[in-house]
Amino acid sequence: MKIGVVVFPGSNCDHDCQHIFKDVLGQSVEMIWHKETSLAGLDAIVLPGGFSYGDYLRTGAIAKFSPVMGLVKEFAKGGGMVLGICNGFQILLEAGMLPGAMLRNKSLHFICKDLSVKVENAATSFTSACQPGQVLKIPIAHADGNYYTDPVTLAAMQANAQIVLRYCTPESKVTPAANPNGSLDNIAGIINAAGNVLGMMPHPERCAETVLGNDDGKLIFLSMLESLKQGKKPLQMASA
Amino acid sequence: MTKELIAQHNLTDDEYQKIVGILGREPNITELGMFSVMWSEHCSYKSSRVHLRKLPTTGPRVVQGPGENAGAVDIGDGLCAVFKMESHNHPSFIEPYQGAATGVGGILRDIFTMGARPIALLDALRFGGLDNPKNRHLVKGVVAGIAGYGNCMGVPTVGGEIVFNDIYSQNPLVNVFCLGIAQKDKIFLGTAAGIGNPVIYFGSKTGRDGIHGATMASDSFDDQSEQKRPTVQVGDPFTEKLLLEACLELMAGDLLVGIQDMGAAGLTSSSCEMAARAGNGMDLDLTNVPRREPGMTAYELMLSESQERMLMVAQAGKEEECIRICKKWDLDVAVVGRVTGDGILRVRDQGQVVAEIPAKSLADDGPRYERPYSPPGYQDMLTNLNYDALPDVKDANAALLLLLESPTIASKRWVYEQYDHMVRTNTMVRPGSDAAVVRIKGTNKSLAMTVDCNSRYCLLHPYEGARIAVAEAARNLVCSGAEPIGLTDCLNFGNPERPEIMWQFVLAIEGLRDACEHFKVPIVSGNVSFYNETNGLSIYPTPMLGMVGLIESAEETMTQWFKQDGDAIILLGKTREDLGGSEYLKVLHHREQGSPPLLSLEAEKSLHDFLLKAIRDGLVQSAHDCSDGGLAVALVESCISGPVARRGAVVGLGLDTLRQDALLFGESQSRVVLSVKPELVDQILKRAGEAEVPAMKIGTVGGDRVVIDVAKGQWSEGCRIDLPVDQLFEQWAFSIERTLSQA
Repeated sequence: MKIGVVVFPGSNCDHDCQHIFKDVLGQSVEMIWHKETSLAGLDAIVLPGGFSYGDYLRTGAIAKFSPVMGLVKEFAKGGGMVLGICNGFQILLEAGMLPGAMLRNKSLHFICKDLSVKVENAATSFTSACQPGQVLKIPIAHADGNYYTDPVTLAAMQANAQIVLRYCTPESKVTPAANPNGSLDNIAGIINAAGNVLGMMPHPERCAETVLGNDDGKLIFLSMLESLKQGKKPLQMASA
Repeated sequence: MTKELIAQHNLTDDEYQKIVGILGREPNITELGMFSVMWSEHCSYKSSRVHLRKLPTTGPRVVQGPGENAGAVDIGDGLCAVFKMESHNHPSFIEPYQGAATGVGGILRDIFTMGARPIALLDALRFGGLDNPKNRHLVKGVVAGIAGYGNCMGVPTVGGEIVFNDIYSQNPLVNVFCLGIAQKDKIFLGTAAGIGNPVIYFGSKTGRDGIHGATMASDSFDDQSEQKRPTVQVGDPFTEKLLLEACLELMAGDLLVGIQDMGAAGLTSSSCEMAARAGNGMDLDLTNVPRREPGMTAYELMLSESQERMLMVAQAGKEEECIRICKKWDLDVAVVGRVTGDGILRVRDQGQVVAEIPAKSLADDGPRYERPYSPPGYQDMLTNLNYDALPDVKDANAALLLLLESPTIASKRWVYEQYDHMVRTNTMVRPGSDAAVVRIKGTNKSLAMTVDCNSRYCLLHPYEGARIAVAEAARNLVCSGAEPIGLTDCLNFGNPERPEIMWQFVLAIEGLRDACEHFKVPIVSGNVSFYNETNGLSIYPTPMLGMVGLIESAEETMTQWFKQDGDAIILLGKTREDLGGSEYLKVLHHREQGSPPLLSLEAEKSLHDFLLKAIRDGLVQSAHDCSDGGLAVALVESCISGPVARRGAVVGLGLDTLRQDALLFGESQSRVVLSVKPELVDQILKRAGEAEVPAMKIGTVGGDRVVIDVAKGQWSEGCRIDLPVDQLFEQWAFSIERTLSQA
């Protein structure tokens, strides 16, 4: 498979994503400069974490104007898989490819630590290697991960099983205490209605190798590769 | 030139006369400014240089020693570790967020200027007590500043240390360590070789910020110091990230001759130092320097310390390619001069020559002082302590809880959870163990890093304190499974014009020298920060060290926490009556007195050799250095600091000639708490005996309480620590957070 990792000025998890797909999973990876005008030949696209454009103005707010984002939107419209991690998730929100917005963490601090995340929907192209309800240990590292959307959109996403990952206790209980940043409904990751664009705040690329003490995150990437290999169209949700 | 103007530039009359002698005429104002920053203590090391020469800086692994932007040590596989530590103390006191942030930015540039990609940051911080709201403000600001810059750059902050002591209330310390990895044969130096080669400016535009930052950093503080805020620079980590990527791309091509960042003294230092290193001159035309606002004078342009700027000397004819790469990364870039053969730094502005100074005079011919030194009159009062007047510990449980709550000992999780310590996916051992460990991708190796200095020991005995700092740093690395291979220092002291401060400095240097020579660990880079004094009160002498160790095989990485119930606990090293200078005396008896613990370099080295071999042979489950708070705190930390599970322990101690408090909380050196599988105890003890390392089994891991029984002895009635693990954890883990949550 050929995975494209988009590099915005200020991206800083681009090399980490490249490392996972290339060195750990043996795939070919193309680094896509944000001024790129073609995404031909790519099987999936990753928007990596970091501080695109310094997070100035608002996280992701400037990156959405990057030339490459028009292509990413087209790629997704055509059914291509797009994974946004952390700043990538924030960019997907700003670009309107996923609903909602990010607020500052409730503590107003940057938070970097391992957390438990519950796989609420294991039937997506990004989570099919997980068990339903499985608890993954994945680190977060962000200052703006406090997800918000309006009640109508939230209800629709809930009804549609679009909330894919929720912060939880190690025993898989979704509680306010397990919520690190004040995120609505403990949301850690959501998918679009078409099922081919996933945004998640936790960093699966940081926990996909045993040498780092934890490889839970590998399941996300293995799910993607499996879905791509089967060439299956992204799962259609009940309604959009 | 008026006397007032000369004095305002922090130059003495003698220094001014020397300038007149060099130029053969009076300097103009631009030249005066350039001399004043280059001959400042911060840039010229005028008080320290004669002593710094004593330090061992060579060894088989040394690729680059002191004198460049950073030092470099060979780690095999064609790679080297490039590292350095620097202070940003004064700016951080005046403006904590930006002061700390630009400290991170400066050290990062030092590393990537050498052609190394930075892969790890560590911070050593000193603050006054948290009961003071101003100190809480400083802590929050500094931590946020480090986080704001380092996180955005995508360089993980993997470790560090923080000590709280009221002596730092008026002069906190912010020392930042950075390490990068470079190809051994692709190290870039700050040299302006090749007459006619173009000099290219790139990065941010030049503004009026930070003018005379180096001079400010070379002066003592008083109550008016907050007015110096305009001399603090403002950081832009986003531009620095672009600068980093642009630099590495420029270096990947065959384009550059030399490169240097514009740190302290900005365009002046980068131009004259590069020219001087090559024995050349440089002709600069300021007309093309990118600037933030019109109307800036040559003086301002040459002295600005605006951040995120670099100067490179490219190969003639490669200008266009260099400019293309800088523009790709949206950086300002301009050819601002040429290398010349006459040794003169000649600066033009709008067609006029505004400065004409021999580059070498600016960079290398600054004054050197052999300042007088003698011990302070109060030294004996500090070291003489009548221990008989101090009652032995009665309630050991209460004493332990107080120590765990002391912010110097308490968990620093409130701090490091604000730092991205995992980006780049190399962090094998995260903050909270004896040393941080980072793997080197593409090899099976990893590097361990630690920053250490017990400044109270250095106050009580600067020579012993400095030796202990080296020993402890090396011990922390060995406990992590690493062989120490190199060191950087950041020497924070008071006003060198005071003989007692100079005495502290000279003794500390000699202590560093002796210990480094004994352990065969060279010092490859460093920084001196003098004038850490406010209203006449100096900080404790704080020769901060950053040490790097090599782990040949990732599986040999070791951590400090207990791994399994039933494992045996072994204490390595000898416990003496070492209460002097201990955290226990400070917290329980409010005394910072006595002699620091005794250190035998021979015993320390035997311990390192024995322990490293035992770890490499797979005999050890955990290893933790005994330091602040002594054996009892080390045991508790091994129980509660693990990322997965907390474990209890049952320990019996019976050293009958010691005071109980010395046994539990004394800080004897060369000690390590090990845990090993029960079936390996005999083997470990036998090996230790052969290596002449004192070792004894003192207990067993397990249960949900920490129990430490001290048997009745010759001088003591015996006592018992018996507390639930969860209570110890709560006390230790959230202490800093609890204190900082006050207004």
